[in-house]
Amino acid sequence: MTPLHTALLVAAALFAIGLAGALTRRNAIVVLMGIELMLSAANLNFIAFWRYGPDPARLDGVLFAVFAIGVAAAEAAVGLALVIAVHRRLRTTQVDEVNQLRG
Amino acid sequence: MNAAWVILGLLTLAGAVCAMSLRNLVHCLLCLMASFLGLAGLYLALSATFVALTQVLVYLGAVSILIVFAILLTRGGATLGSGLTGTMSWTAGIGTALLVLGGLAGVVIWGPIAPTDAASDPTVRAIGERLMTAYVLPLEAMALLLTGALIGAVILAMPDREAAATRPEVREPPMANAGKPSVPGKDERGGEA
Repeated sequence: MTPLHTALLVAAALFAIGLAGALTRRNAIVVLMGIELMLSAANLNFIAFWRYGPDPARLDGVLFAVFAIGVAAAEAAVGLALVIAVHRRLRTTQVDEVNQLRG
Repeated sequence: MNAAWVILGLLTLAGAVCAMSLRNLVHCLLCLMASFLGLAGLYLALSATFVALTQVLVYLGAVSILIVFAILLTRGGATLGSGLTGTMSWTAGIGTALLVLGGLAGVVIWGPIAPTDAASDPTVRAIGERLMTAYVLPLEAMALLLTGALIGAVILAMPDREAAATRPEVREPPMANAGKPSVPGKDERGGEA
């Protein structure tokens, strides 16, 4: 197994763990952590394919990963602000208790 | 595949599993930080030094502190009830994740992936030059996005003045508790559980 396969398998496992956490946990902050893990798995794929791709001198994978980290940081800031706003209004951070729109 | 890969991969995956399965949110966050540190090590092993340092700065530095503030502001560290949704949705969630893992791993193992090992050790200067020439438009878009996200986060997290004026009882408890966190924290916890 080449290092590329190892990196891709680690990234796949990381994505699945993040997905499982985001789908099964009740606390909105842990759901956000799961989303961060999934974004990190995508970043690992970018770096692995850049390193073992046909033209590493163009640095596309590195720059894409840096931009993805920036977008993830913005997403975390807005997501956590939403959690705080919901907690202020409803006194809860459990995602299944925020059901005001349920018909 | 050498020892560094095994150690870093295990650190990353074990940290992620702990972060998604522990009850206490502060423990979850510490495991998440371990996982991000392992990931930065993997970037180093893939000779992406700049991305590894960015990862440490942004995730271990900024995002972790942001999550700490969110946990403490929502008193998340104190609520230790069942952290999971119901048994049905737990099974469905784990099943979906296993399905995705199987699909991805199958593609990786049996797919037509042929690595070419062209050694590359990019300098920060080369990255900066790419960023200022071919990637200058995405860089400006990123600047706008970060500004918008910053303003949006501040507006979202700002106390809602109208709600405070019409329903003062909603806004009162955290203000009354702000000065003396130890004793009122206990009945607040009881009220939430």
